[in-house]
Order: sequence, then C-alpha cells, then structure tokens
Amino acid sequence: MHPGVERGADVVSVAAPERPTGAADPTALPRLLQGAPLRSPADHLRVWGPLPRPRRAQLLAEVEAAGLTGRGGAGFPLAAKLAAASHGPAGTVVVNATEGEPVSAKDATLLAASPHLVLDGATAAAHATGAAAIVVCLKRSHAALARQVEEVVGLRRRAGLDPVRIQVTTAPDRYVAGQETALVRWLDGGEARPTTVPPRPTSRGVGRRPTLVSNAETLAHLALIARFGAAWFRSLGRPDAPGTTLATLSGDVRVPGVYEVPLGAPLGELIAAAGGDPAANGGVLVGGYFGAWVGPAAAAAPFCAAGLRPFGAAVGCGAVAVLPAGVCGLLETARVLRWLAGESAGQCGPCVNGLPAMADAFDAVVAGDPGGAAEAHLVRWAGMVERRGACALPDGAARLVRSALQVFAADAELHRRRGPCRPAPPVLPTPTPGGWR
Amino acid sequence: MPAGAAGAAHPDPGRVAVSRSRRLTVDPIACDGRGLCAELLPERVRLDDWGYPIIDPRPLPPALLGPARQAVVACPMLALRLRAVIEEPAARE
Repeated sequence: MHPGVERGADVVSVAAPERPTGAADPTALPRLLQGAPLRSPADHLRVWGPLPRPRRAQLLAEVEAAGLTGRGGAGFPLAAKLAAASHGPAGTVVVNATEGEPVSAKDATLLAASPHLVLDGATAAAHATGAAAIVVCLKRSHAALARQVEEVVGLRRRAGLDPVRIQVTTAPDRYVAGQETALVRWLDGGEARPTTVPPRPTSRGVGRRPTLVSNAETLAHLALIARFGAAWFRSLGRPDAPGTTLATLSGDVRVPGVYEVPLGAPLGELIAAAGGDPAANGGVLVGGYFGAWVGPAAAAAPFCAAGLRPFGAAVGCGAVAVLPAGVCGLLETARVLRWLAGESAGQCGPCVNGLPAMADAFDAVVAGDPGGAAEAHLVRWAGMVERRGACALPDGAARLVRSALQVFAADAELHRRRGPCRPAPPVLPTPTPGGWR
Repeated sequence: MPAGAAGAAHPDPGRVAVSRSRRLTVDPIACDGRGLCAELLPERVRLDDWGYPIIDPRPLPPALLGPARQAVVACPMLALRLRAVIEEPAARE
C-alpha cells in the first residue's frame, strides 16, 4: 500500500492542532512540514527536540546510508558533496533558497513554515564539513521572508542554538542566479552569473575556500536524518529514491500549493491530492522550466528519477504544473522558451545564440511551420546546445523543446493545417527579470 | 589504503584515477568563437551553426597530441585546454 499523499498547502497559515503533547511523530507524513508553523525556538524544540551533535564521521556515514539527494534540481548525493567540502581550510555553508524556478514555491514555504529545520540542517552541514560560516540566500523579491528568517536567526542566537554564525542575504532574481557557481560569484561581490567548473565550489568557493551550496529543503532533511537516522529516512520513499520531497503543484488544480510526498508516489496521485485530474491530458510540466512535459500516460509514473526517466522527465525541484485542457501547450512552451532565452547569462556562445534561435523556431512552429523546417531546426539545435554551457540552462531548454514536440505533436499538426491558435491568457508565469547584482 | 593493497582493482570511490591520456575541453565562457581550433584541429573540433567549437570529448590519440597542443596555444582567448582524462567515480542517481 502506498502511504499516500499529504496536504501541506496551507501549513503557513494554519496552526498545528494535532500535537498537544509536543514531540513529533517521526513515522508520520508530513515530515518537514509537521507541526508547522514553528517560528519560535521553543516551539521548534518542543516538536523536534535539540539537534544532536554526533561525530563528524558518524554524521557523514548516516547521510551516506540515508541516500539523501539534493532537492534543488540536480539530485546530487548530499553525502558526496559534504565529503568534497570537508577538505582544506574552514569554509562556508550556503543555504540555497533562491528558488528561481517560477513554478516552485517549496523553499519559501518551508522557510516560512519550519525555518528551524533548515537552519538546523545548515548547522549540521557546517559541523560535518568543518565550515566556519553559514549564509542563507533568498531571492530579492522575497525580502520580507528574508527578514522573517533573520529574526528567527536572532532568536536562535539568543537561545544558543547555532555554534556557527548565520547570515541571511537576498540575491538577484535571475533564473540562473541560484546555480551554485553563480551564487558563489555573487556572494564574493560579483555578478550572479555562473562560472566555469572546475574548480567546483566544494573545493574553491566563497572566499576561495571550500563551500557547500545546498538547497534549503535538502538541509531540512539533513536536520531530520541527524535526529532519526538513515533507516528512519528510508522508511518512506523507495530504495532507489528514499525519503520524502516537497512538490509545488500549480496550474489546473483546485488547491495549488506545496505538498510533501514520499518519492515514488504516482504522479497522478500527487495531482489528484491537489484537486486536479490525474489523467490530465492537457499536458503536465514536471520539474519546472528546466524539466519536461509529460502526457496522460505518465499519470501512473512514480515521482522519482527512475519512474520519470522513461518519460524523459526528472523530479528536478519538484514543481508540477498542470496545463488546463484547451490551453495550447505549444503557445505556453514558446513563451517559456523565450523567457529562458532572456534568462541566459549571456556568457556562452551556444546559449547566447542557440536559445534565441530555438525560441524563434518555436514561434514558427506555433505559427504553423509550413514544410516543417522550424521543427527540424529545433531538433538539430536542441542536440547542438546540450552540455555546452557553463551551466545547464541550455540543457534545460533542450529538454523542454524535445518534450513539447513529443507531447504536443498532435497540436503541432493542427497548427500546421489550420495555422496558429487564438492568443490566450498565459498560464505559466514568466516573471520580469532583475539585474545581475 | 596503501598502494597495492587488496582490492586495488576496484578504485576507492572517493578518489579519482588520473590517467596519462589527454582530452580537449573548451571553457565556454572564455570562448568567443574565433574558430582557429576548428581550422587547426578539424579531426577533433567542428563548429556549430553559430561558429562556436564542438569538441570531440574522446581521449586524443598520440598522433593528435602535437596538433592539439598547437591549437591550444593558438587560441586567442586561451579557452581551449588539454586536460588529463579523469575517470570519475560512477555517478549515482
């Protein structure tokens, strides 16, 4: 039996009623959002208890055994990153809550609902890597939330919870600003544009010291692994995709918001939990703008790397955007692709040239693409830009294009025969970009 | 683990094995698509539709090492690099 999907959408505004006696139930779902909102250190400690401080090697071994992977998008194993960042001089832990993905809200929701878990995780990561500083990074448009987190940090300092000093800062609102090298460059006083690797931040990051850049949700999971251990973490999810993940449901669902689900839960079940049609045949964008469109056949697909791979998709940052029936997926993709092209940091030739060319070609597909020349160009260019940027923006654009041409093939055929569809109000948001500093 | 210890056939997953072979890489930020590399080393470099180099990632055979070095030196942006082939530990999902 599947453990089911828990609602977490309104945790920010609704007080937790079910735990009058305090201590959290580690066997329950949700995990990260349990008991929320937990703003005061006292409330947090009442629910979760203090953060244990095992020996570094023991903590690293526990994370390794837990199999926790990054929840920011790339899915890299946290244990490997912690190990890589624990050599050399004392460095920095960067809590990445920049959440540049327009259809994701999970890091902001988590920081509003249970900031102490994120900060506990950062403290545990600093302990594991021997870091001497912690920086929490949000995006500038979340300045109010950043102030709230700063207050929480102040309360924790007075309560003596954090041996390592925590700073809170806000970074530019750019899609690639949350890419870890871009964040390091910006924290060092530069522009929030990616840099070439190697060196990776784990070997040379902020102040040229080893730097662990980790997603806010990933660190919150770490805080719970430090408390309850690897076996507990693995008691939900799948052997190849352990634990829970936060998912942001948006689009054609009755209750959009952030949900906590075991990895491997069927995608359709997740959509249904948010009040959407699990067999939504308008198309579902999985993993954010960096992700892939899937059709109704993916409703039964487990929401995890192995389950989504056959559909060319990945969990990414856990964003799931359901397109309403009757909305043109080609038109939506064309708009998002144009936005992605505008989010290029303007540094790498294949991205600077390829993404606008792909956006033009996609516009041509929307316009009807007589002869199929534009579609042929799209296929060629998707292959051409892949893995050729300093960051993975071109790869994301290529994935979006390929999946759209596949999932909306019938629509493309209609456009070819009848010309473009009528302009419609946009469904997927394309926020106005900020500067680079 | 001391050199030659049992299990040496299975490299420690925490370490990387650096071999003596070399491959070409390009720093995509430094590169501005002058295209000299593709002229000097067509065996390993072709240009994309916008004039930027697409590099064959395979290790270079000994016969191409000399020409590859010349291409690296000729790059006006110092964007072309010769790197030791690093056998990364198998990536996990």
